[in-house]
Amino acid sequence: MTRISLTVDGQQVVDDVEPRMLLVQYLRERLGKTGTVIGCDTSNCGACTVHLDGRSVKSCNVLAVQADGSEVTTIEGLASNGQLHPVQEAFRECHGLQCGFCTPGMIMQSVDLLEENPDPTEQEIRLGLEGNLCRCTGYHNIVRSVQAAAKGATS
Amino acid sequence: MIPAPFSYVAPTSVDEALAALAEHGDDAKILAGGQSLLPVLRMRLNAPEWVIDLGRIDSLRGVRDAGDHLVIGAMTTHHDVLHDPLVAEHAALITAAATDLADAQVRHRGTFGGSLAHADPAGDLGAPVLALGASFVIAGPSGTRTVPGTEFFVDLFETAIGDDEILTEVHVPKHTGWGAHYEKFVRVAHQWPIVAVAAAVRVEGGTIEHARIGLTNMGSTPLRATAVEEALTGQPLTADAVRAAAQHAADGANPPSDLNGDASYRSHLACVLTARAVLAAGGADG
Ligand SMILES: Cc1cc2nc3c(=O)[nH]c(=O)nc-3n(C[C@H](O)[C@H](O)[C@H](O)COP(=O)(O)OP(=O)(O)OC[C@H]3O[C@@H](n4cnc5c(N)ncnc54)[C@H](O)[C@@H]3O)c2cc1C
Ligand code: FES
Ligand code: FES
Repeated sequence: MTRISLTVDGQQVVDDVEPRMLLVQYLRERLGKTGTVIGCDTSNCGACTVHLDGRSVKSCNVLAVQADGSEVTTIEGLASNGQLHPVQEAFRECHGLQCGFCTPGMIMQSVDLLEENPDPTEQEIRLGLEGNLCRCTGYHNIVRSVQAAAKGATS
Repeated sequence: MIPAPFSYVAPTSVDEALAALAEHGDDAKILAGGQSLLPVLRMRLNAPEWVIDLGRIDSLRGVRDAGDHLVIGAMTTHHDVLHDPLVAEHAALITAAATDLADAQVRHRGTFGGSLAHADPAGDLGAPVLALGASFVIAGPSGTRTVPGTEFFVDLFETAIGDDEILTEVHVPKHTGWGAHYEKFVRVAHQWPIVAVAAAVRVEGGTIEHARIGLTNMGSTPLRATAVEEALTGQPLTADAVRAAAQHAADGANPPSDLNGDASYRSHLACVLTARAVLAAGGADG
């Protein structure tokens, strides 16, 4: 067991974990943050995307021990005071989801994308989301959601 | 799936990391960004007893100017390399390759050194690094040694790094003012290329004065394509001349055959992509 101490969605946590425990497992199984989902076994789908020290990562491809001392934000930490994050709001407005399985990862990656590039072109959005797979929407409404969120943020 | 159990240590200096390697030797595996290693461990293709995490060694991170070359720390992430102004100015070919490498999340974790140490022949960094004539600094129990690119890549997933050694930095000779382009051929987003060509050229008055060409996934290691470099040198930067010279791109290569394409298809691709890469690097329309 290795002791880790980190901040998850604004809350300080200290835990003893097996070194092999994946960050996504830690979030879901220890902290009950099941908003972050697992969609694949190969680190391809991006459904598990969270922010680690402010940057998007696939939490199935990070060990919990690697997050020691870090700050993690999951989809559950985006809304504040009962107000959805503008990107969450835009996905709802633009129908940016169908089954919703890819959505936590899509939103976390979109937030990262807009932080780096607040006014992306359609092509930049598509490239920025290339690590996130969606089986349902055909991506068009996801791209529109990000565009809507960007407009809201820049206007 | 999750990895088999292992013990974990996260040293804060290269010396400590080397000591841990010396102690656990064959039973240990180095962890950099984990973007290749963790999938391997999760699929239980490997089950080391010890994992030595380089993530807490600050001295291995960052890019610096060392006069005639750049020093890129092994633990510098793909994302940081991609956005580094020194790399963009003096080694634009690496910036070009990093742009197309994996996806944003993987680029935030995966490292320059980890990618090269992993030595996947389909990895996007080997060809540009070879084309630019980079050398590799490797630390071991008896000090550090510097290995030229031509000796670093040994075979499929095999490099000159010994079991008790760590890649600490890569020295990339400056190619300031050279045109650069990485032409990657792939069927789906955020994946390894079927074939890719890294091209850096120096064009004077419409003539190719120097050409440096690297090939990805055209053999068991990344390759420097010297035959095509010679064929391109002195040619005018026109579509016809470049396409004719590019016919030598696959000379001496031994490309694999797999589900994505057989060897002759890959050789054909190498020629087509080399012409595109050189024309784009030189700023001409293909
Ligand atoms: C979904 C996905 C898509 C990807 N797409 C691409 C792509 O398009 N193109 C591409 O090139 N790559 C791609 N990759 C791989 C990615 O580039 C990895 O980051 C890289 O191959 C490994 O770097 P790392 O820092 O994560 O190393 P790790 O995974 O931590 O280590 C890789 C190997 O190198 C060894 N090692 C690492 N650092 C050192 C060191 N300093 N000294 C000695 N040994 C060391 C480790 O022991 C291990 O064997 C992709 C990965 C994923 C998950
Ligand atoms: S579950 Fe992490 S990428 Fe698919
Ligand atoms: S909405 Fe179903 S996978 Fe994207």
